[in-house]
Amino acid sequence: MSPQLLIDISALLASFLFIYGLKRMSSPVTARSGIVVAGVGMLVAVLAAFLYYFGVSEAAKPHLTTNTILAAIALGVGVGWAWWSGKKVAMTSMPQMVALYNGMGGGAAAAIGAVELLKTSGHHGALPLVVTIIGSLIGAISLSGSLIAWAKLDGRINGTWRVKGQQLINGTVFLATLVLGLYIALVAEGHAHPAVTGAFFALALIFGVLMTMPIGGADMPVVISLYNAFTGLAVGFEGYVLQNPALMIAGMVVGSAGTLLTLLMAKAMNRSVANVIFSNFGPAGDEVQGEIKGSQKPAEAGDAAINMRYASKVIIAPGYGLAVAQAQHKLFEFVKLLTDAGVEVKFAIHPVAGRMPGHMNVLLAEAGVPYDMIFDMEDVNGEFKEADVAIVIGANDTVNPAARTNKSSPIYGMPILNVDQAKQVYVVKRGQGKGYSGVENELFFADNTNLVYGDAQKVMVQMIQAVKSLDGGGH
Amino acid sequence: MEPTTVITGFVALYIFMLAAFTGYEIIGRVPAILHTPLMSGSNFVHGIVVVGAMFALLNATTVIEQAIGFFGVLLGAGNAAGGYVVTERMLEMFKPSDKKKS
Repeated sequence: MSPQLLIDISALLASFLFIYGLKRMSSPVTARSGIVVAGVGMLVAVLAAFLYYFGVSEAAKPHLTTNTILAAIALGVGVGWAWWSGKKVAMTSMPQMVALYNGMGGGAAAAIGAVELLKTSGHHGALPLVVTIIGSLIGAISLSGSLIAWAKLDGRINGTWRVKGQQLINGTVFLATLVLGLYIALVAEGHAHPAVTGAFFALALIFGVLMTMPIGGADMPVVISLYNAFTGLAVGFEGYVLQNPALMIAGMVVGSAGTLLTLLMAKAMNRSVANVIFSNFGPAGDEVQGEIKGSQKPAEAGDAAINMRYASKVIIAPGYGLAVAQAQHKLFEFVKLLTDAGVEVKFAIHPVAGRMPGHMNVLLAEAGVPYDMIFDMEDVNGEFKEADVAIVIGANDTVNPAARTNKSSPIYGMPILNVDQAKQVYVVKRGQGKGYSGVENELFFADNTNLVYGDAQKVMVQMIQAVKSLDGGGH
Repeated sequence: MEPTTVITGFVALYIFMLAAFTGYEIIGRVPAILHTPLMSGSNFVHGIVVVGAMFALLNATTVIEQAIGFFGVLLGAGNAAGGYVVTERMLEMFKPSDKKKS
């Protein structure tokens, strides 16, 4: 059996395992085994890739030993670092980690394209060259864009960066990149001066940065998902250039799945993808602030807890702030006290609660909250008006009534949780800050709202104590 | 050694088309609770790019090609391994069977 035949068989096997694994990942029951199945596919493909050793071009043969050692080192370091970082990252930081790993994949695709374009010996035709250029372009944008997304979500870059005529600058840079790319592929026919190729990649990377910088943090999930699809496409295109069907299939499956996921996320925020990328949240509604009437009324954690203990129905609207304070375990402990006392408790999850769709479900699952207590927004939104108490913990934009009523608000039109319809609303909050989108929240000033100030975890401990001392005895 | 499979323009288009439908169908019916793990899982799958990067590195003839190839394998390996670890960690927490009853 020739090495090439083994490589072909492994590629076929890997493609099958990827698709089968993703299929299993699409149901909670089989999801765990799905990633293992896909992982086996990856292992098979990577081990088989060492068989390329036996089939390198004549020109590369003198360097073969060096190259093989380099490949082993790169694999070892890459896998080692990623394994370590992936094991230690907190569940709350998952979105930026996915962004980082995704950017690396885009970078790898761009690197493949760069090596192909630098090759002086020509096996090039116009079509493979154009595909190489497109794959490199998308991969490079995904690399630098994902890095910016990671830095923003990780709090390393704060705020948005905008200049006048930004669309024009971005458009010009993109056009210049495209022209250079087409020049390399069609005019120079793959034999462009390395400096030109270098300039092409530099411009593509710069465009990724320019495209991502103006996008606000609240929109980052959509952007990460978009770059995930980008990397998939880039991998698929470079797979065609390398004549590797496993890369083509895996890349395109992710490209289309990622595109659909991006559209679903944007829909959940009631925005189009174009809207997210090109017209960003306006300068955080300073003029909106002045219109809010009423005042923020504080409440003691203990009083709020006892009120909930004697309620018949409580709905909890958790947000990212809950997870930042690592309060989900304490919250669940409190919820168990309530349910033991006969209170009906439900968790209401906004589609973009957390930093990615489904992120809050992951965080609650981590705390052991059972599935049947967690409800999607559309299933639970009608129940708020029957609820005695709605408690908002670490959420802000997803419960802001301005999204329903205030046309001048940047978040106008986004579906929200109807917590303001509950008889009593408690908001657990660190201080008087604004939400991730930088918008002031009318809910906090409403007549039926009281604010419980403090770190979410400390507040939950106080609430647990209040209910326990009440039920524990009367002595 | 030339590749045994030669994928011309149209065959490539067929592969891309069928793969795109496959991806669409898989994601289309996924409950929202799995969106984050699935995004991470698909992120892992395109880590297969490391295989292409290894091909590029093993066939490198100049120092600059070796450097870029090395960089590509490093990044691709990080994508694959990191994507696997975080996806596995997330999915590990989804244990619906023993929690449904409560």
